[in-house]
Amino acid sequence: MSARPLETRSPWPARAWLGPLALLAAAYGVVPFIGSTYLFDAILTPFLALSLAAVGLNLLTGYAGQLSLGSAAFMAVGAFAAYNFNLRVPGLPLVVSIGLAGLSAAALGLLFGLPSLRLRGFYLAVSTLAAQFFVQWALTKFSWFSNDNPSGVIDAPPLTVFGFAFEGPIGRYLFALTVVAALTALAARLVGTQTGHNFIAIRDNELAARVIGVPVLRTKLLAFAISSFFVGVAGVLWAFAYLRTVEPAGFNLDRSFQIVFIVIIGGLASIRGAFFGAALLVIFPLVLSRAGSFLLGGRFDSGALEMSQRIVLGALIIFFLIAEPDGLAALWDRLAKRLSPKPNHP
Amino acid sequence: MPDFDYLFFAEVLVGGLLAGVMYSLVAIGFVLIYKTSGVLNFAQGSMVLLAALTFVSILERGAPFWAAFMITLGLMVLLGLSIERAVLRPLVNKPPIVLFMATLGLSYIIEGVAQLAWGTQVHGLDLGIDDTPFEVGGILISKFDLAAAGIAGAMVAGLTVFFRYTRIGLAFRAVADDQFAALAVGLRLTRIWAAVWVTAGIVALVAGLLWGARLGVQFSLSLVVLKALPVLVLGGFDSIAGAIVGGLLIGAFEKLSEVYIGPFFGGGIETWFAYVLALVFLLVRPSGLFGQKLIERA
Amino acid sequence: MKTTLLTAALAALLTLTTAHAAEQNFPLQSYRVGPYAAGGTGFFGGFIDYLNLINIRDGGVNGVKLTWEEGETQYEVERGVEVYERLKNTPGIAAWNPLSVGIAYAMIDRISQDKVPLITINHGRTDSTDGRVFPYVFPLLLNPYSETSAIINYIGGKVGGLDKLAGKKIVVLYHGSPYGKETIPIYELLAKKYGFTVQQIEVPHPGNEQQSQWLTIRRAKPDYVVLRGWGVMNPVALKTAQKVGFPADHIVGNVWSNSEEDVIPAGEAAKGYVAITTQASGAQYPVLQEIVKTVYGAGKGNLAEEKRIGSVYHNLGIVNGILNVEAVRVAQEKFGHRTLTGDEVRWGFEHLKLDPARVEALGAKDLFHSIDVTWDNHEGDGYVTFQQWDGKKWNVVSDWIAPDWKLLRPIIEKSAEAYAAEHNIKLRTAADAEKVDANTPVATSK
Repeated sequence: MSARPLETRSPWPARAWLGPLALLAAAYGVVPFIGSTYLFDAILTPFLALSLAAVGLNLLTGYAGQLSLGSAAFMAVGAFAAYNFNLRVPGLPLVVSIGLAGLSAAALGLLFGLPSLRLRGFYLAVSTLAAQFFVQWALTKFSWFSNDNPSGVIDAPPLTVFGFAFEGPIGRYLFALTVVAALTALAARLVGTQTGHNFIAIRDNELAARVIGVPVLRTKLLAFAISSFFVGVAGVLWAFAYLRTVEPAGFNLDRSFQIVFIVIIGGLASIRGAFFGAALLVIFPLVLSRAGSFLLGGRFDSGALEMSQRIVLGALIIFFLIAEPDGLAALWDRLAKRLSPKPNHP
Repeated sequence: MPDFDYLFFAEVLVGGLLAGVMYSLVAIGFVLIYKTSGVLNFAQGSMVLLAALTFVSILERGAPFWAAFMITLGLMVLLGLSIERAVLRPLVNKPPIVLFMATLGLSYIIEGVAQLAWGTQVHGLDLGIDDTPFEVGGILISKFDLAAAGIAGAMVAGLTVFFRYTRIGLAFRAVADDQFAALAVGLRLTRIWAAVWVTAGIVALVAGLLWGARLGVQFSLSLVVLKALPVLVLGGFDSIAGAIVGGLLIGAFEKLSEVYIGPFFGGGIETWFAYVLALVFLLVRPSGLFGQKLIERA
Repeated sequence: MKTTLLTAALAALLTLTTAHAAEQNFPLQSYRVGPYAAGGTGFFGGFIDYLNLINIRDGGVNGVKLTWEEGETQYEVERGVEVYERLKNTPGIAAWNPLSVGIAYAMIDRISQDKVPLITINHGRTDSTDGRVFPYVFPLLLNPYSETSAIINYIGGKVGGLDKLAGKKIVVLYHGSPYGKETIPIYELLAKKYGFTVQQIEVPHPGNEQQSQWLTIRRAKPDYVVLRGWGVMNPVALKTAQKVGFPADHIVGNVWSNSEEDVIPAGEAAKGYVAITTQASGAQYPVLQEIVKTVYGAGKGNLAEEKRIGSVYHNLGIVNGILNVEAVRVAQEKFGHRTLTGDEVRWGFEHLKLDPARVEALGAKDLFHSIDVTWDNHEGDGYVTFQQWDGKKWNVVSDWIAPDWKLLRPIIEKSAEAYAAEHNIKLRTAADAEKVDANTPVATSK
């Protein structure tokens, strides 16, 4: 992993925020008026949820260097916790339920992050798989989590904040957008603080970090906790805003791998990268299947199309890893640099 | 306990050990590749699937057993060579996580190709081993599992001989020990890596046949890789002996826990128990039973 | 840029409101890849084959052509939702047929708003049988509770009478998922009623390893084992049963463990295994023969391998096709021979009565028995039969058996009423059920 240059200016450089602010303005002010329900329900809302999960994982894996393969489990914890808090504590505002859900995910993240104190690399990754399988099992086994529903599939509650209901595809999209925007701003801020620098120090050279006085233990656990908070909230969005139902099987190993892909393709240690990667992974299969059925039509059934999609996705991942290992974010940077005005050479 | 059913315990234990051998089969494929190139090959599972699907599909088209075996073998050899060329060589100096992700992408490709070529239907695979149980001293033993254990044992013996007494085997060990030193004495790394992947492909073929006969040949065959990971963790990523011992341990503990501890949780703990077990074990020995200790470099 | 977008949107809206001349659409959230591909290709293949038969042989239903569109879901819920979002604005949708518990659950709210029926044949939410609470969900032919009762009735028949069940031991080996656990309370209920002991043993998904479970079964020495499996769990169960020496003919499979794809990979171990089914298998029934002649003869057959014609899932798809088409036909008699709205098709389903005579007229005698759907009974009182695998094919080994509907109805009603209370749903009445919406709300949904 190449070290990205640290921001030595203040964490809020004005020019860097211009782009995201413009994007936000468009997202709030323009998109809701021109988009179709399909765009919101099937593309934008899942994109937002996955981006947030990728931001969370990026904090842990990209910045702090601890590989985790169990992200989907923490998404599941977030979703089920939010559901239960909302259900069982009367009168609790939804926002508070979501916050508590994030904290629950963080607590679990702390627990399964403890092995990171002893383990490295692949060993740590395999131990995060323990979280993945255990959580999936526990949520299925103990019907208390799904309110003793005979099918184990729970319906998401309506999204109401201060009495205002975020209903319908546009409403849910705006809800997700607000949550993701707020948390992403927090993450971007975090990266520029001392804690963020500590993360990077531990990732790059743990021994040296220890020598210069970085509290390694605390930082690692903090990384797990904070990352899991983000991923937990992303899980709430995934279940409440997108699918409108929750079942443990939807937070399986494939989902965990999907988020790792997003982080890698988007670019490790890059907040923007999470969004690039999520956009690619959400849109690409849809584009491919449309292109496929357009070009090949009835000759290949949906099964063959699906397999071709898999092959192309796998090839794409390998291609990115070979050609642009710092991900789409680095690609974007290079493009931006080429297009931006060149400074005068002395 | 007053009347603890020792016979039943022994039955579960033996069954677990034999199941564990099947896990080791898959784990060995991982170890081969990790040992020599430091890559954790997540695509091993899909290689198993491809091998099994190819074999069964050729068999169903009327070819005799040995013809199907040789053709599939040829395919796995080809696959190994192309993986080394197309995926590994360009990524040769990248950090291990990147290589791991590449194998993940690879597994997608191999799974897609396997099912695109041979279809997504389920196939039965009959290896001619009748699976009627027989009893030894009141304990039930499965004929099939025993045969599988025998085949696995033969394969391990073959690999051990290979590593110890053939030139290529020695070259493997040299590369595993120290890549730069191996380069220095003139060993062609790319050729060796290609050979390693080919060997892993052969191991995948054997594992594919045995697991396919056990489960039927279809998509979920590639999920056996998830069973192999705790074995690797326990035994160490780079030790074949570790893969065997780890497999036996995981198999035994998994089955015993399901039968004796499972009822307290309402059953179904097999999926995560192996992982939690491996995890707890790792906290005591972070590099596994036989794995080489990771050296901390400043 | 904005004007072009607006005009495009307007044009799209226009095409939406003008439904295509006399076409009825069936969007299909199919799965032809993934772990359950075998079932999916069979079921959706059969469904499409029957629709093709009606189009080719009859020119559609009273002149209304049947159309369909597939979207691959790989049996994943979120893909099912994406396909739904993509296809829901197709004009003239008759019904959704996902054949997936997870996807069906995710759709219940959505299709209730759209007012388009959701058909969950042989599966689904048991309490959706109560049409007072779930107007748009139809677990046709068999819901999980009925299935349980029918299995117990069959086992009772095998031991010489339901009264002889007292003292017997039954083990239920279930898939570690909500689907698997759904029937646990009913087994308890029936065990209490008839005096047998029941033990529930879980197999964690996906069920590749069942050694411990079957060793436990061997130790428990039950009289019968009920297999409530899914996917790869089924053949592995049969193989492991052989490993521990449990006889296959004392294993009774449920409706998702009853297909060729479940037994063929188990080879010899599956001989003698018995499973419940709502439709018999084989290609000898008149409607199958017609499909072979008319559809496959014209090269429009959907199954890639013709030897799968007449397999369990293929026939299930055909029966599902019959039920969907007949519901449309019934609704057309009332509302006119034209493209119908979802609510009108819902009315059709709620008046779907196919007695054995009508079934015979449709060419499906002995393929399935009958169905009688009413506004408050969305299951339709389907009969079941049991088939045994002889190594090459399934053979029917029992008469048509009825589940104990009287026993189950109060339980279903209680559960449905609880759901209604929790979600503030007003219970429908017969009068409400007759009110039909002639507009398609989908185009105007928020």
